[in-house]
Amino acid sequence: MRNIFLFIRRYIHLLTFLLLQGICIYLISRYSKFHNAAILTAANRVTGSVFKEFDRVEYYFRLKKTNDSLVKANEDLLNRLKQNFILPDTSEVTRIDSIKVDSLQKFRSITYLSAKVVSSSIAAQNNFLVINGPNVKKMSIGMGVADINFAVTGIITDISGDYAVVMSLLHKDSRISASLKKSGEAGTLLWDGKQPNIITLKNIPKGTPVSKGDTVISSGLSTTFPRGLLVGRINEIFEETGTSNLNIKVKTAANFYNLEYVYVIDNIQTTPVNQLLEKAKKHL
Amino acid sequence: MTGIAKYIVRFILLIFVQVFVLDRIHLHQMVTPYVYFLFIIWLPFKMPRMALMLVAFFVGLAMDSFRHHPGFHAAACVLIAYVKPFLANLLSPQQGKDFTYEEPSVKSFGTFTAYFTFITMLSLLHNAWLFLLEAWQFGNIWYFIVKTVLSTAISILLILITELIFTRKQKFKTNTV
Repeated sequence: MRNIFLFIRRYIHLLTFLLLQGICIYLISRYSKFHNAAILTAANRVTGSVFKEFDRVEYYFRLKKTNDSLVKANEDLLNRLKQNFILPDTSEVTRIDSIKVDSLQKFRSITYLSAKVVSSSIAAQNNFLVINGPNVKKMSIGMGVADINFAVTGIITDISGDYAVVMSLLHKDSRISASLKKSGEAGTLLWDGKQPNIITLKNIPKGTPVSKGDTVISSGLSTTFPRGLLVGRINEIFEETGTSNLNIKVKTAANFYNLEYVYVIDNIQTTPVNQLLEKAKKHL
Repeated sequence: MTGIAKYIVRFILLIFVQVFVLDRIHLHQMVTPYVYFLFIIWLPFKMPRMALMLVAFFVGLAMDSFRHHPGFHAAACVLIAYVKPFLANLLSPQQGKDFTYEEPSVKSFGTFTAYFTFITMLSLLHNAWLFLLEAWQFGNIWYFIVKTVLSTAISILLILITELIFTRKQKFKTNTV
């Protein structure tokens, strides 16, 4: 017994060091399991408000860029307006229209919620955005996030108060389903941790017709992102050795260097679909 | 400013510079400029090692909370806090048992070379451990080595610039009254 105490007393510094390192490594490895823990949520709230105050100053320096991108987004939306299209002359044919005219609200499945980005990182191996705004109260964990031009940006991982933390595409745990626009093959997007703005599309079988510059869109196979949101364009194509899949490098459409506003995708179908999935898992 | 107030101001300034200035500079994907750990390097020689490690742990956690993933910086900070007293003992000229100056600086180490070695070793350890933990899941050894070396060079440059801009006045301590 005495020897144990002597040992502890002698190596107390080394033991403290190892203990603290152990805590750190535990935090790193188990983070995804308990990132809702109260202390971390409180820390997020503090850092969120600091980021917000700082962003208020910095925002002025980027007004011009933000304005340009808003004009571009507006132009895109205006071009989709119904009044810009010539309707076919239907006066000669009488047909009973079974679709209700003002039914848009009833059949709406997706709502876009805008939010302001108050902090974003690209330099780390695990990158996050912090978003802020009145709409945050309507958001929930797991919702998809698109940038101002409706390009896939990330997924919400944590919410506290008026702030939400978004895991961007540039994160080692980020797994988003995407497909090729031309052929429709679906694969998984992940990041290899090297270049920001270049991500990898995996699980596309060899023999699929792909070429440099092809568009990659969200597949719509999960409820997080609807089908057809732009992900990026193909930058390079490699053949994986040992598997029958291609390894495709995609240049992201979202520019992570200057994100100012984002849209969070609120899909009404998420809850029923997830409930069904849970039920199916139980039966197995 | 004396005592603990000096360290609190220093801590806030360094963390803010790191988060709001250096983290926003994107030189290259291989280079991440880090300078906040200068706070730990500048902690006094006489601080008990236990306290040193605990302070470093909380500095690291503060840094981590801005990155939303706890553990990485805390681990690196605890490592340099653990190694710092050994290095200080090796490199600084001692008179008897007491250090002649309160904090590490060019003056307290006697020569520039000794202080430079001290900074280089601690920056290298901090960056290496941090990038190793970060790169664990990616597992590319060359990427890790190049990133560590380049980032350490930038860290040393930043520390030397900080050293030139903010001159710290330190009293020479002697045993003779």
